[in-house]
This record gives sequence, structure tokens and C-alpha cells, in this order.
Amino acid sequence: MLFSLQRRQQPSTFWVFFAPVAALIMTLLAGLVLFGLLGIPAAEAFYAFFIEPVSSLYGLSELGVKAAPLIIIATALSVGFRAGVWNIGAEGQLIAGAIAGAAVALWFYEVDAYFVLPLMILAGMAGGMLWAAIPALLKTRFNANEILTSLMLSYVAALLLSYMVHGPMRDPDGFNFPESRLFHEAATMPVILPGTRLHMGFLVALLLVLCIWLLLSRTMLGFSLKVTGAAPRAGRFAGFSQNGAIWFSLLLGGGAAGAAGLFEVAGPIGQLLPSVSPGYGFTAIIVAFVGRLHPVGVLFAGLLLALSYLGGESAQISLNLPVAVTGVFQGLLLFFLLAADVLILYRVIPRGRRPVIDERTREASRNQPSQAHRSEGNT
Amino acid sequence: MFRSNSDRSIGVGRRIKKVALGLAASLVLATVAHAADDPLKVGFVYVGPIGDHGWTYRHDVGRLAIEKEFGDKVETTFVESVAEGADAERVLRKLAMDGHDLIFTTSFGYMNATNKVAKAFPKIKFEHATGYKRAANVSTYSARFYEGRAVIGTMAGMMTKSNVIGYIASFPIPEVVRGINAFAIAMRKVNPDAEIKVIWVNTWYDPGKEADAAKTLIDQGADIITQHTDSPAALQVAEERGVYGFGQASDMMAFAPKAQLQSIVDDWDPYYIERVKAVMDGTWESQDTWKGIKSGMVGFSEYGQSVPDDVKAAAEVVREGIVDGSLHPFQGPINNQQGEEVVAEGEVLGDDVLLGMNYYVEGVQGSLPK
Repeated sequence: MLFSLQRRQQPSTFWVFFAPVAALIMTLLAGLVLFGLLGIPAAEAFYAFFIEPVSSLYGLSELGVKAAPLIIIATALSVGFRAGVWNIGAEGQLIAGAIAGAAVALWFYEVDAYFVLPLMILAGMAGGMLWAAIPALLKTRFNANEILTSLMLSYVAALLLSYMVHGPMRDPDGFNFPESRLFHEAATMPVILPGTRLHMGFLVALLLVLCIWLLLSRTMLGFSLKVTGAAPRAGRFAGFSQNGAIWFSLLLGGGAAGAAGLFEVAGPIGQLLPSVSPGYGFTAIIVAFVGRLHPVGVLFAGLLLALSYLGGESAQISLNLPVAVTGVFQGLLLFFLLAADVLILYRVIPRGRRPVIDERTREASRNQPSQAHRSEGNT
Repeated sequence: MFRSNSDRSIGVGRRIKKVALGLAASLVLATVAHAADDPLKVGFVYVGPIGDHGWTYRHDVGRLAIEKEFGDKVETTFVESVAEGADAERVLRKLAMDGHDLIFTTSFGYMNATNKVAKAFPKIKFEHATGYKRAANVSTYSARFYEGRAVIGTMAGMMTKSNVIGYIASFPIPEVVRGINAFAIAMRKVNPDAEIKVIWVNTWYDPGKEADAAKTLIDQGADIITQHTDSPAALQVAEERGVYGFGQASDMMAFAPKAQLQSIVDDWDPYYIERVKAVMDGTWESQDTWKGIKSGMVGFSEYGQSVPDDVKAAAEVVREGIVDGSLHPFQGPINNQQGEEVVAEGEVLGDDVLLGMNYYVEGVQGSLPK
């Protein structure tokens, strides 16, 4: 090994802010090589990826449309991840919310009343919460691993959706094709920017970021969740309920994912289809971690990931790049973003140089020699 | 795959030159709507990657045929693996705003997005594959794939030893159900004991799922596999396990030299060229196209090495019968799964019924997902 990693005593403030910049630089360098090998001018490719999608008001509105569900779900999930509750099934909760909300829309088909949409949103949240309640119950009652149960329930939800659009919710005038009727005007999300698809859901996303930030930084509940996640034993001694954290995290994640699903079907899609999400529930997990489980970080991470999707499409259209290449480039971006974060907690030591030892490290290594040894060899 | 790559790199090179020239030109021509020597911009939206070696691949072959036919007079672009749903509308709007004159959307799930965007861009022509919603600037087109299914169904009926055929199906829409039924009817004509087992994978393109379904079907006794999904994964499994299979949408012989008995090959080239020409001539009109073997839209690969002569002959009889009109894949008598006659002797199911087909015929096991 040419270098080794040494754990820092405290997270480096410098790298907290500079890691994303370093990641971006690395991505651009890797992009130079990638596009160079393909014989495509890198400047044109970078322009297509990062600038062109947001160079018009319409482009910005589409960024909001794509980012809204990611931000909503990831913000809520990050609370659970901080509390050590691993809800991997937001995709299923999203689908459950979409089905429940669509059921309300179709029940009140052609009822032109103000209450239809609010009722749909409530139903969407309830649907997502209900779906998330299953892993919560299984975890608290039977100690079943929520990673597995929530993930598996995603596939159940996808098949339930398939059943719904092929059966009870199928458009009666649709020649047996699997899709619901198009939702009525009163059952669709209001557009906040005329002429675009940017809907109320984006404002909800911003509001949620604010609320979760307040929850985590200003409330006792937020504190108890963080303690439970970081040090479960300490949390128990402090009297924080582990089961409470599980229920709260899953219901919050489920409710948010359900709402996001409803926003999709009542927003840009406008009906129930056999697939209502291109994996937002799963992508949101990446968004949560790229955003370092912090609401504001998640906001930026959601926008960045949405941009990378839009950029991928724009690169395909304007440069005739195959989707595999745009996918590789997206992957590089995420890889460097997550990899650079290691510098916040670790110090890179070139081979042959002695590890930096400060007072506290020395003390720590005296108390736990094996621990210190492991961190040095851990490269 | 390799061929399309080299074509693409030529396209990129040409494009860069165009960018340089275009920058100056666009300033002058900015207000001129469509100069006569401007290339016609044709866009394609694909549901899978062009390397699926099936459905999307054949559409991309059609796109390249347009480039070959019209040269500098056209400029084509494509976007691969576009999810059916909210993303499709964004991609379509982007293509429309980028000045495309004609846009092909090649999957059923793009139907509502296509019509929505077409409404917002009335001057742009749209062509939607396999859908049923049309507008003044939206045409629909599809091929009578079920005619091809009748041919391979005949072969399967004659060649199966276990009398179990495995069928990997995508979504229970009429087009897919029609294919299963056409296959079953033809198979039963030559082998009344044969049965079809269907597995629904709820995707057009997912090689992993397609392969898993193929394995399951083979484990359940199927000795011939056929599929209505887009990749050669099922055929590769058939090759590995020593059973037979049929290619779908494209000749998949390279993936299963022993297993492939025959492949239905979609040929969109003439249709795409015709429609581009119509836009150039100003004669483009909204229409519905549904063509079969006779027109060449549904074609076939060579027979596989293990197909005996009598099976070839029987397949040719069916194919020729469909071409000269003496044989219709949905000719009575046809029984439903309960054994009740749904089409009487001598009757033929009309297109209107075929377009909404939602039941299985005799010979298909299981029930249609509802």
C-alpha cells in the first residue's frame, strides 16, 4: 500500500466543506479520461451534463420535478438512518401511497371538489405509513430485521400495483390495457410555475427539509433519535425508547414516501401506471448518504442527483452518447462524492511517514492498544 | 452492437463540424422556421438499451436505415432506457424543444406522454408504436407479431417431446395475450396434447428476470422456451440447459446457435423510411398501421440446425397461408380455457376483438393476471 488511513480525533472542518469540491474535481478529471477515450470533446460533454439541463427556466422546473420525490423521501429516511433504523423499502411505501391516493382519485372520479386532492394526499401518506408499519411491527414484536422485511415488501407492493392496474383500477374504456383513467382536474397537483410540470410537491420538499432540520437540531425527540442511533445503550440508559424510535422512523419514512408516490401519480404522471417510479425509493437511499444524513445536505444531494439524470438524457440527445456511458459517469460522480467523505474522518498518511500522533491518540492507544493497531492496518 | 458504435462515432464527428458551422448559421437563420436544406431531425425514444439484441435493437436498426437512406438530409438522435412514466414526458419535451421534426416513441407505455407532448407541439409529428391513441399529429404503428407466433407455434407443437412449452410474458396487455393465444392455437392444431405454461415477469427488459423465468419453466418440464421480452437471456438459458427456444424481435442465433429453432424478426426499416419521406414531402398524415408477414414488417431468421425438414415444411405452409390470406391465425373453431367454443368453425376474429383480447384460449395453463 502506498498510503494508510488514520482515524482523526475529530472530523476535519476543512474537509467537511472541501470534500465535495475534491470529489467534483476528481469526477471532472475522470470524465476527461472517459470522454477522451471515446473521442468526445470533454468540454461539450460537461456542458451537456451540468449546464445545459439547467440553462432554461423549463430545465430548472424539470430539475425540481425530478428532485422533489428524491428530497422528500431521502430527508425522511435520513432521520431513520440517524436513529439506526434501516428502512430500505421506501420504494414499496411510495407505491403503496400511490395506490391509496389513486384509489381516492378514482373513487371521486369527476367530482370537482376542493377536498379531493387533500384527501388523496392524506390517503397517500396513510398508504405509505401502513406499508412501513409492517416492518415496524415485525421488528418491535419479533425482532425481524427491517432491512429484509422492508425491502421484500417493495416487491409485494410492485405486484399489488400490477394487480390494481390490471384489475380493479383499470380504465374501463382502455381496451384492457393496464392503466387507470387519467385523473380529473381536481385530482391533480397544482402547478406552481405556469407552462411547466413543477408542482406543489417541490414546495413540500423544501418545507420538509426545514421541518426535519428543526426536528433534529432543536427538539428533544430529534436528540433522542440521534442518541439511540449513535449509542443504543446510552439511549436506553437515558430512557429513550428503542421501539419508539423504530416506529417513528418507519412511519415518518413511509408517510413521506407515500406522499412522494402520490405526488408522482397526481402530478407528472396523472394516472396510475404499472410502474409509477423509476426507483426513487432506492435512489433516495443514495441521496440520503451523499447528503450525509443532514436535511440541507440531502436537499443539495437530491438536486445534484436529479441533475445527473437530466444531464445523462441531455448528453444522450446532444452528443449521441449511449446510456451506458452516461450511467458510468453518474456512477463516477457518486463514487467520488462518497469516497471523498472518508477524508473528513480519516487522515491519509503516505507510506514511510509516521502516523500523526496527538495527545489524545496516544492516550487512546495506551488504553486500547488493539484498537489502535487495527486502525493502522485497516487500509 | 459494434456496428452501431462505429456509426455513432461518425455521427458525433459530423455533429461537431455542424456545431461549429451551426453556431454562425443559427444566428442568421434564427428566425427562419425551416430552411429547405436543413436536415430533418428525427428522434427516437427507446424503452431498453440498443444493445438488448431484441426489440430496441431492431428499432435502432430502423433508425440507422433512415440515416443510410437519406444521408445528410436527416439527423437522428435517440435516448435509450427511458422509463415508462413521468420521465418519458420530459425526454419527449426535450426532443421537441431541441427542434426535432419527427419523433418515434417505441413502447406502449409512452402513449399518454406522447399524446400530451404532441398537444403542446402541434407542428411536430409523432409516431407511437403499439398504442391506440391518435391525434392530428400522432400516428400509431405496430406489426402483427401474432402471425409470426402462429408459425413458431406450429414448429413448437411438432418438436416438443414433453408437450410443455414455456412462455415468458411481459405485461398482460392485449398484444401479449394475442401472441400467446396465436401460438397456442397453432400449436394445438398440430399437437392437441401440448400445453403452454406462462410466467409473467412484468418487465420488457430485465435479462436476470427473463433468465430466472426460463430456468423455472425448464424445471417445470418445458422443453421449448419462447418469450415476449426483449433480451436473448431466455435463449441463452435454453442453450445451456440443452432445450430449444425461439428468438424474439431479432435474430438471436449468435446467443444460442444450438437452441434457436427460429426467430421472429421485426423489420421497421421500410416503415421508418416511408414515414420520414412523407414528412419531407409534406404528405405525412396521422394514420394507424398494422402490418404483418405479407408486408415484411414481421420477418423470420434462418431455421436452426436442429429443425427437421417436415417441421420446416409445415412452418412454410403456415407462413405462405398467412401471406396469401388462406389461413388466419385466429380462424375458428377456437375454444377458451373452459373448452367452450368462442369462435365457430369458419369464422375469423376481427381486428377489433384482437385489439382488446383479454382471455386465454385452450392449451394455455393458469389464469390471466387481472
